[in-house]
Amino acid sequence: MNSSSAQRRSSRRVLPGFGLSLGFTLAYLGIIILLPLVATFAKTAGMTWAEFWTAVASPRVIASYEITFGASLLAALFNVPCGVLLAWVLVRYEFPGRRLVDALVDLPFALPTAVAGIALTAIYAKNGWIGHCLEPLGIKVAYTPVGVWVALTFIGLPFVVRTVQPILEELEPELEEAAATLGATRAQTFRRVILPALRPAVVTGFALAFARAVGEYGSVVFISGNRPMHTEITPLLIITKLDQYDYQGATALAVVMLVGSFAILFLIQLMQRQGTRRARA
Amino acid sequence: MAGNVSTLAYVAKHRQRRSLGDPRWMRFTLIGAALLFAGLFLVVPLAAVFTEALRKGWGAYFAAFADKDAQAAIRLTFLAAGIAVPLNLVFGLAASWAIAKFDFRGKSLLISLIELPFAISPVISGLVYVLLFGAQGWLGHYLAAEHPLFPWLQQWLIARDLHIIFAVPGIVLATIFVTFPFVARELIPLMQAQGKDEELAALTLGATGWQTFRRVTLPNVKWGLFYGVVLCNARAMGEFGAVSVVSGHIRGETNTIPLHVEILYNEYNTQAAFAVASLLTLLALVTLVLKNLVEWRHRRALEAAAASDIRQFAT
Amino acid sequence: MSIEARNISKHFGSYTALGGVSLKVETGRLTALLGPSGSGKTTLLRIIAGLEFPDVTADPTAGRVLFHGADVSDMPAGQRGVGFVFQHYALFKHMTVFDNIAFGLTVRPRKTRPSRPEIADRVNELLRLVQLDNLGGRMPDQLSGGQRQRVALARALAMQPKVLLLDEPFGALDAQVRKELRRWLRQLHEQLHVTTVFVTHDQEEALELADEVVVMNQAKIEQVGQPQEVYDRPASPFVIEFLGNVNRLAAGESRLRTPGKDVLYVRPHDVDIQHGSAIRHGLAARVLHIFSAGNYGRVTLARADTGEHFEAEVARDRLRDLQLKQGDDVSVMFRHVRLFPRGEFTEADVRDGKLTETKAGAVPAHGAGEHI
Repeated sequence: MNSSSAQRRSSRRVLPGFGLSLGFTLAYLGIIILLPLVATFAKTAGMTWAEFWTAVASPRVIASYEITFGASLLAALFNVPCGVLLAWVLVRYEFPGRRLVDALVDLPFALPTAVAGIALTAIYAKNGWIGHCLEPLGIKVAYTPVGVWVALTFIGLPFVVRTVQPILEELEPELEEAAATLGATRAQTFRRVILPALRPAVVTGFALAFARAVGEYGSVVFISGNRPMHTEITPLLIITKLDQYDYQGATALAVVMLVGSFAILFLIQLMQRQGTRRARA
Repeated sequence: MAGNVSTLAYVAKHRQRRSLGDPRWMRFTLIGAALLFAGLFLVVPLAAVFTEALRKGWGAYFAAFADKDAQAAIRLTFLAAGIAVPLNLVFGLAASWAIAKFDFRGKSLLISLIELPFAISPVISGLVYVLLFGAQGWLGHYLAAEHPLFPWLQQWLIARDLHIIFAVPGIVLATIFVTFPFVARELIPLMQAQGKDEELAALTLGATGWQTFRRVTLPNVKWGLFYGVVLCNARAMGEFGAVSVVSGHIRGETNTIPLHVEILYNEYNTQAAFAVASLLTLLALVTLVLKNLVEWRHRRALEAAAASDIRQFAT
Repeated sequence: MSIEARNISKHFGSYTALGGVSLKVETGRLTALLGPSGSGKTTLLRIIAGLEFPDVTADPTAGRVLFHGADVSDMPAGQRGVGFVFQHYALFKHMTVFDNIAFGLTVRPRKTRPSRPEIADRVNELLRLVQLDNLGGRMPDQLSGGQRQRVALARALAMQPKVLLLDEPFGALDAQVRKELRRWLRQLHEQLHVTTVFVTHDQEEALELADEVVVMNQAKIEQVGQPQEVYDRPASPFVIEFLGNVNRLAAGESRLRTPGKDVLYVRPHDVDIQHGSAIRHGLAARVLHIFSAGNYGRVTLARADTGEHFEAEVARDRLRDLQLKQGDDVSVMFRHVRLFPRGEFTEADVRDGKLTETKAGAVPAHGAGEHI
């Protein structure tokens, strides 16, 4: 088989610049992204299994996983109905300020996380605009896990909206009309016709919001209070370990998080590929 | 920023599908709920920034910027973005040219790798450079090695007193890392959608590769390019986590604007912190305006094209 | 300038786009590459233009493209002096019509680049030639499909190509515009006499427009010839079936039986219908459906012996004289048929109900054998 493929003049390309552009792309990618990542993984190779385990499974670390993944999950889950609602309203209804709200949805993407962090803290602190309303009710947000959840909801807000919006726009109105002529109520139409069409986008949006929340740092550190075992998130723990010159501990935690992120990324890509395949079929 | 979501390719399909037939009570309820959610999570924080910044009046507001350290932070932020954005711009052009105009094995893997930094926590994006260049890292080891592979290189690095981590180069590197995919991610789908017929046509007309790129490819993607640069710049100037890890937190030297905000805030100088933060917020708002402007322009161009297609059928 | 392609093969992965194809196009000719999609015609055109490169094989004489005897195989597309019109025109979206046409002149190195007024003159001349005099300032998306097509042509002609290649030039246009442009292109070719090759899947377009038709199928050339020749003397069952309507019948059981010839092709206009089963040499059939519009009527028939359905095209006057009704039993005569065994074919005229072979033998050089 090699003889026939060797005969092909596969290296000949009509458009110029392939070698240069791909070469530069790979070199830049290699130096900026891959080399440091490899260095990180290589660093853990010097650890014994026991050292690694202590670093990634001590009670304080486990507690940080709980708050990081728990709050991220709750925030992403909360963003699912709210995001679908917002997308629905933006696509389907006309109201004053619609375009402004549509543009503002991207604010969490554009606003530096540190700014979001101090702004949310100011709002939800005891004397803040919302904080002082909740205080008499016995609800504390700032410096509690609820605060972490608020920050992660904020930064995850655009994902579900922006994945669902285009699908909703592409949805043929004939589908809903057909359902209506078949005697379905509006609620039945939504549940049985619209929602299934949105499901892949919702799942993707949820996964993206979750992945983003797990790694988030800037918006959380201000509002969380950073109490170990209570509101200390994993990214912060990495920085704490670095500050204590515990490079191995920091690296081990980073590797755990990297593997987690890659797994989520892989799942998202798998889902998107299946989504397009289904769309094509 | 936008994960894999918002691109010009998406804008191309952006259309409204009204369902005004829904009963009034339902519309009002849903709009009300959505506005409450958006207000609570988007408008209120935005308002809080400017209210807190102006709490002590305009004098105090501007005083926050008169501070020497604040100005140094602004300069450093511009420097980091000024290096990171052009580099990632060149990378974005090279990557999208290779990926969109040629077929080769491992293309989808390459696209995934380019998007990788989006999936990595900013803290880790900084950490990886600490591990590579820090005293404990590969390069650190190298500098301390008794028998280095290239003694001259070691000599050179030591002679320059080259500090990467906890210094400006580290901040620049971390900024490049976190903003790495922005331009490429906008350009790749755009160039893929445009195919390569126009480039081939230019070649058959005798244009050189460079002429083809400059006069055909570049004008066709200019809005996507602008869009990517705007997003890339916003993130570069606002990055906090990654920069925080590699910065030495030395006032006036290795503090960017977001790090300066943090220091002021932690010193209970809340008003000044918000004043400086308002600068970043304005940047974010300008970014959103530009983004919507580009999308609007792009959509109009597409609508014009669609209209001419209809004309074509009419004649 | 003549074009010669020698033994061209092209694979995309495991897919064979061209399997050792050779072709010669004489200077000044208008040649059509005709075939269904996937037959390799566009690939061949792009290889001639230098937009694809053929596979390299052990044979050094294979996979070569020659212009007027000179080997251009290793020359990049821009230097071959080829004007190429893309299927979807590939107009530069961000340039005016004028700038699109001028592009090829403005990218020349300074030494050979015409001056601005010279370029303007040339472009205006071309705009007149393609009848778009006042549209130089328009953007491509403000033009109709037919106008875009003509801009693409003018752009290709601006560099005074020695060879003009067009990929499905009318593919994206609606029927009316298609016909007009076809006529116009023929006139233009007579005016300019540039060696022209165009790709099409529309047999009517190829037969009407071209001096010579190259019929392609499954990465091979089936037949090369003048339109009349290809239509009247198809070299293979594929060519018969691809060019125009044809009935395919089993020859084995019929009275037209010839040993070893299994398949019979007859064009609907070569079928003659007569009343009753009285005619000695006819084939008995029953009328299933009659459709009459324009000058011809189409009659669908079923053979009495095998039950196969086939069509006859009968002049309207004749149809009126016959007074056919659905369900009538009739006798059918074939004026001209082609019989195919496996691998070879026979052309025959039918006289007095007997086959008279006028030509027999193996399928001509390019022909592929077993396409039945």
